[in-house]
Amino acid sequence: MHIQNDYADQIRLISGSQDLKCMKCGRCSASCPQYEEMDVRPHQFVSYLQRGDIDALMDCESIWKCLSCFACVERCPRDVKPARLIEAARLLRIRRQSDDEFITPEQVPALLELDPDIPQQLLASVFRKYVK
Amino acid sequence: MVFSYYPGCTLKTQAKELDRLARNSAKVLGIILEEVEDWQCCGAVYPLGTDEIATKLASVRVLKEAAKKGQPLVTLCAACTHVIKRVNDDMKNNGDIRRKVNKYMEEEADYKGETEVLHLIEVINKYIGFDKLKEYVKNPLTGRKIGAYYGCMLLRPSSVMAFDDPENPTIFEKFIKALGADPVIYPYRNECCGGYISLKEKDRVKEMVATIKENAKHNGAEQLITACPLCLYNLKQISCRDLNIDYLTEILAEALGITYNSEEEVSYAYSK
Amino acid sequence: MQKIGVFVCHCGTNIAGTVNIDEVVENAKHEPGVKYVAEYPYMCSEAGQSMVQKAIDEHDLSGIVISACSPRMHETTFRRAAARTKLNPFMLEMANIREQCSWVHKDKEEATNKAHALTRAAIAKVHHNTPLFPGESPVTKRALVIGGGIAGVSCALDIAEAGFVVDIVESTPSIGGKMAQLDKTFPTLDCSACILTPKMVDAQFHENINIHTYSEIESVEGFVGDFTITIRKKARSVDMKKCTGCGACYDKCPIKKIPGEFDEGLGMRTAIYTPFAQAIPNVPVIDREHCLKFKTGKCGLCETVCAPDAIDFEQEDELITEKYGAVIIATGITPISLDKFGEYAYTSPDVITSLEFERMTNAAGPTKGELIRISDKKKPKSITFIQCVGSRDVAVRSKTYCSKICCMYTAKHAMLVKDKYPDIEVNVFYIDVRTPGKNFDEFYRRAVEEYGVNYIKGQVGKVVDNGDSLWIQAVDMLDNKQIKTKTDLIVLATAIEPVKSVRNIAGMLSASIDTNNFMTEAHPKLKPVESPTAGVFLAGACQGPKDIPETVAGAGATAAKVIGLLAKDKLITNPCIADLDPYYCNGCSACEKVCPYGAISYEDTEINDHGKKAIRRIAVINKALCQGCGACVVTCPSGAMDLLGFSNRQITAEVDAICR
Repeated sequence: MHIQNDYADQIRLISGSQDLKCMKCGRCSASCPQYEEMDVRPHQFVSYLQRGDIDALMDCESIWKCLSCFACVERCPRDVKPARLIEAARLLRIRRQSDDEFITPEQVPALLELDPDIPQQLLASVFRKYVK
Repeated sequence: MVFSYYPGCTLKTQAKELDRLARNSAKVLGIILEEVEDWQCCGAVYPLGTDEIATKLASVRVLKEAAKKGQPLVTLCAACTHVIKRVNDDMKNNGDIRRKVNKYMEEEADYKGETEVLHLIEVINKYIGFDKLKEYVKNPLTGRKIGAYYGCMLLRPSSVMAFDDPENPTIFEKFIKALGADPVIYPYRNECCGGYISLKEKDRVKEMVATIKENAKHNGAEQLITACPLCLYNLKQISCRDLNIDYLTEILAEALGITYNSEEEVSYAYSK
Repeated sequence: MQKIGVFVCHCGTNIAGTVNIDEVVENAKHEPGVKYVAEYPYMCSEAGQSMVQKAIDEHDLSGIVISACSPRMHETTFRRAAARTKLNPFMLEMANIREQCSWVHKDKEEATNKAHALTRAAIAKVHHNTPLFPGESPVTKRALVIGGGIAGVSCALDIAEAGFVVDIVESTPSIGGKMAQLDKTFPTLDCSACILTPKMVDAQFHENINIHTYSEIESVEGFVGDFTITIRKKARSVDMKKCTGCGACYDKCPIKKIPGEFDEGLGMRTAIYTPFAQAIPNVPVIDREHCLKFKTGKCGLCETVCAPDAIDFEQEDELITEKYGAVIIATGITPISLDKFGEYAYTSPDVITSLEFERMTNAAGPTKGELIRISDKKKPKSITFIQCVGSRDVAVRSKTYCSKICCMYTAKHAMLVKDKYPDIEVNVFYIDVRTPGKNFDEFYRRAVEEYGVNYIKGQVGKVVDNGDSLWIQAVDMLDNKQIKTKTDLIVLATAIEPVKSVRNIAGMLSASIDTNNFMTEAHPKLKPVESPTAGVFLAGACQGPKDIPETVAGAGATAAKVIGLLAKDKLITNPCIADLDPYYCNGCSACEKVCPYGAISYEDTEINDHGKKAIRRIAVINKALCQGCGACVVTCPSGAMDLLGFSNRQITAEVDAICR
């Protein structure tokens, strides 16, 4: 439990997000384009954090589903920044164990051969999002 | 008007047109874009973590180069605009990040967010004005129904990006109108295209893009323009008859009457 | 040498819990001039006050110090006690050892030391106190109400009924305010116009009420009991005395497509218009911005058809100056602008605000009470209400407070729809349903239980206008499901804010206003209808979001306070005002420039300077105008100005005593 609380504080620190401001209005989940894809929904991020259930947050699918489109951040009436919360959970997960199997630099030439249109920007993004 | 210019990785590779046509068009408009020397990739994704320092350094180096010249920094790619504007905001308003970055860089002068970061469309709006832009148009795009696809990164979070009204933006529509075409306003122009997940989950991206394109077509668009190479790539993942997807610089160059393969024009920017 | 008594109060444990009273008493005994020291658990009680009075008489005290709470709390109490003896009440000082000491400290030793220092300072001050005698000022028995909505009208009627003359100033062409725009009122569903218009008529015909519509406050001078206020009556371009209200002018006006303010832009009005049929006064106004005659010099149709010859294109603004004893601010609220809420697609004609909905359901409204989509005039099959639009939101475009009335009026709207068209599906997205109030929660439950309104805990993220229908993306948080559905009409429960002009009005009256532009009360609980500025009172939603019952009840309270003031023949004035030593004054005018009350002027005065007579230009203080703020004292470069009761000597003595 102690470790979990440490993680909760780390998430608060990394995200710079104030979970206590949340009034559970649901505008984040109402705005999220990836809601259906997520197992933990945007309005629930704060709940997981507040009860210290950080392992579940770090293991959830939502950390890979958030597009960082910031619709939730823009529309949140309390400035809670749900996208920053889930990003912090993703960072903790990546730092502990990066998803290296998804992509390695060696795979890039093959990918480009398969689809020569892939923009550099996509490759750069993917390395930022999935790899340590 | 001389500006520092940050093309970014994709504009040197997949999105060469976005870069070349921008330089050519800018020259016609009297905007000189001086490419920042030895720039590095901004990373394409803004490092949201407040403890992420190393991933912000590439942006700070570019910002600092522009600051040395006292020039605003112009970007074109939506992702570069997003990342560099946000890092600049951190350097200006987040004392902790500013201190750590400056300490890490160990250079004489600290950087405190002095540089103004502008997307090319903001430069045109601010320094030329869309009314004046009309006067430069040689081939007005009369009768063309063009929708702007803003995506996420230029608009949100609006408190930092300060690009336009994040829910009902109008700057691209004013631009399209100035070029003589009919701007098509459609509600999905600020909805996400799926972004980086297209490598892992292409089908999901196709679903999202389909909704955007249907919405644009429903409202009468025959062409979409974007400032983002990834948005362009994603939007092209499903074919859709009668709806071309192009960079905003392509319609700009077209309206200004810039011939497509003029190497001379390109070299202008380097030689000043 | 003064003979000083010191009285230390325990305030139960409020002070004694943190301050060692015995030590304070012991220390006070050794202060110069102190002849008597006592302590008591509750000095403000009857027994405590008697103790003070008795000590003054028995020990022939010439000055006293009460070490207790803030002077704001009980200075008046103890001054009254002193006045019952031979002592001048201004020979008394309070040492605040509660709010400024025991309440803010935890350490007993530190708090005790501070209590001692504060008591010591008060004793040092009393040494320099002199008897002061309050003056009197007159009371003009007339009140001014700013704002002619339900708050202003009911307050004016109550004051007028008590026999005092009241003027109402209203900026729009008619009184009635926001309530006149409403269809039905919660929780009884009685017709708003049916209960409001009789009150408007009462005000119109009351012998003690004068109504100035299409008018604004131009300037304010003076103070409680004696305000001089100038009202600008904007040119109506219609002679109020001649007009019979027949309406021929607006029937003939060729400019017919101006979005009407009263119908929230849903209906059109003419360039010469009365905002609504029951307007008071029933005299039209020419909107000069849109009138052809004013724009081009041609037309003048209204003048041609006006039988009583009331049209006056030459009419100019008129300035009226009047004296008042009291002013009531009742400027009310208005919905916030939704320009920055693009995600709700407010630009779509079928996305409307709640106030627009009121006009639409009103039989006298632009659709004659028929519920339709403005875009295609079709009856909607489903309506979605969105709560908290711009309320409880920290973003710049929004308001951080709860607008309070929206939960109830949305329940009302939902029921009105269901009552008239049971087949329409009604969904309400809410964050919380807040319905405290008599019969309020029952009202909301009726919407759910009897009318089948769907209340969905969650919000709407995006609205898309597809032309033939609207599409929404929302969330049902209790079901943990995202909702993507079509709807035909959307009603936004828009946050309310004070009208913009209130800032200027508050500024002219020196009444304080909070960060949200709501008027601030003198005390949120004990003086809820008074502003902190004497003689300026508050009524209605200019103080904060209020519904109609609350507004009317509050306006009655305001009237009672105003009547209490106007019933007095004279007001006792504070004697702690500026005091000039003419020998030091060099006539530089510095004090005149800083005086916020215009209380200082200059006169050539004969001065006897060491036997030499000379005419010098020196400052003269108007004792009725001076409020004792002290600005002149700190400005005077030659030290000629002083403040009675807070003289430089007294303050220096206090500082010296604290530093000792």
